[in-house]
Amino acid sequence: MSAGTFTPAAGAAPVSRMILAQTALETRMLLRNGEQLLLTVIIPALLLVLFSAVDIVTVPLQEGGAEKSVDFLAPGILALAVMSTAFTGQAIATGFDRRYGVLKRLGASPLPRWALMSAKTLSVLVTEVLQIALLTVIALALGWSPHGDPLAVAALILLGTAAFSGLGLLMAGTLKAEATLAAANLVFLLLLVGGGVIVPMEKFPAAVQSVLGLLPISALSDGLREVLRHGSGLPWGDVAVLAAWAVLGLGAAAKLFRWE
Amino acid sequence: MSNDPAVEIRGLVKRYGPKTAVDGLDLTVRKASVTAVLGPNGAGKTTTVETCEGYLRPDAGTVRVLGLDPVAQAEALRPRIGVMLQSGGVYSGARAVEMLRHMARLYAHPLDVDVLVERLGLGGCGRTAYRRLSGGQQQRLALAMAVVGRPELVFLDEPTAGLDPQARRATWDLVRELRADGVTVVLTTHHMDEAEQLADEVAIVDAGRVIAHGSPEQLCRGGAENTLRFTGRPALDLGSLLKALPDGTEAAELTAGVYRVTGAVDPQLLATVASWCAQHGVMPSSLSVERHSLEDVFLELTGKELRA
Repeated sequence: MSAGTFTPAAGAAPVSRMILAQTALETRMLLRNGEQLLLTVIIPALLLVLFSAVDIVTVPLQEGGAEKSVDFLAPGILALAVMSTAFTGQAIATGFDRRYGVLKRLGASPLPRWALMSAKTLSVLVTEVLQIALLTVIALALGWSPHGDPLAVAALILLGTAAFSGLGLLMAGTLKAEATLAAANLVFLLLLVGGGVIVPMEKFPAAVQSVLGLLPISALSDGLREVLRHGSGLPWGDVAVLAAWAVLGLGAAAKLFRWE
Repeated sequence: MSNDPAVEIRGLVKRYGPKTAVDGLDLTVRKASVTAVLGPNGAGKTTTVETCEGYLRPDAGTVRVLGLDPVAQAEALRPRIGVMLQSGGVYSGARAVEMLRHMARLYAHPLDVDVLVERLGLGGCGRTAYRRLSGGQQQRLALAMAVVGRPELVFLDEPTAGLDPQARRATWDLVRELRADGVTVVLTTHHMDEAEQLADEVAIVDAGRVIAHGSPEQLCRGGAENTLRFTGRPALDLGSLLKALPDGTEAAELTAGVYRVTGAVDPQLLATVASWCAQHGVMPSSLSVERHSLEDVFLELTGKELRA
């Protein structure tokens, strides 16, 4: 290098450019990780195909209609996809970012914290768009006939993303990376079974149902099902549950998140 | 602006629970200089540097970096400094060049990434994920990330720890070039030779305080005394030698026939010893003057015992 190469010319890039670059990097990191792909793409797609094709769980279909089991399953799988990215994937990735000092190092760069969090959120949304596109194509191929207002669907997905992100970041910002990895996978599995994703809520005893119904995954899968299966307007009960989780989760994460 | 110090620390105190990591530390760093913060493990080097970087809030005292408060004015300060952490700082799945390119995008006028990659030999990292790079490659990437934004001031926390001799030389060359181009460098190290080679100013830190400060030459001259050794016949009468030497000089027979004179060793003292030998019919079979190295000064000041 010639003399003067390092002559100081310090300064931050425009914040929009930083967020864009950070979003692109975060998304690449997410998509490059094999375990993450298993969780966010392969498991939801397999569940959708498997449970649509094989009658493992008896799905309560509407009488007299031409309803297929995919009409029950697709909304639940979409909810699962949102949870896998916004909660499980984000918790694990952020936990390891913290452990590897990435959050600390970026903390000394010109990228403000709020911009880092915005980029992480955008990267989750980009991933969700890819997931939803893929799962929709598969579901349509299986004979899915969705109903309802796409805006109501988008609103539910955004609220669900906020709720799951809050919980995922809370976990990543307070537990050790290994503990986050274990706990996030366990929670994913438990909510997959108990959150109305593939197993209809009606299969559980009434007392259990009322508790399970308050979980964010139940609210999201039930809400999406109301709209996509029955063509309802925005299901306000589910919206309220998701909003409460979002406020609680994001609030606690903002208060308790430790950067190193 | 040019005469203001790059870093000014006054009475810094930082505690972790009951443990006091930094205990009333003062340090001034001139612009466009290389300052080495030298000290044993646990002396408070990293805590001091991380306070300057805005990671830690002082419990007492003031810290100003480029005239700014690193915590309260972090947003204004961060674009102007470069940081190399002791370890980590990169996504475990990221490739070296990808991460460096990303860091460059966060700055307004970054260095040419390709040139920097070639310069630090990072091209060979290819598509390998960060977690599978060698320790030396990880260190060089961290160094590249610290300078890519063309900062005014860089903090390098143990930049050559775990490097092989070639990579160490390459890092030294880079630090010298940074200084030549007007970048202020603050580095921590426990390699004396590194401080001696690179630093304009050395601050020796122990138990959270600066116990000695100055250029390597000043420290070697002032902080400790120099030594003259000679060998002759055993059991010479050193009393008459001491009378001939200036006050404050000491002489001792270390083992039979091996003598050491400690004090301000200058040509006059050498002449006095030589003439004393002539008077006593002593032909020294060896005579040597030893200049204290920074290592001697360091050990003398921080104690020779190993620390936990």
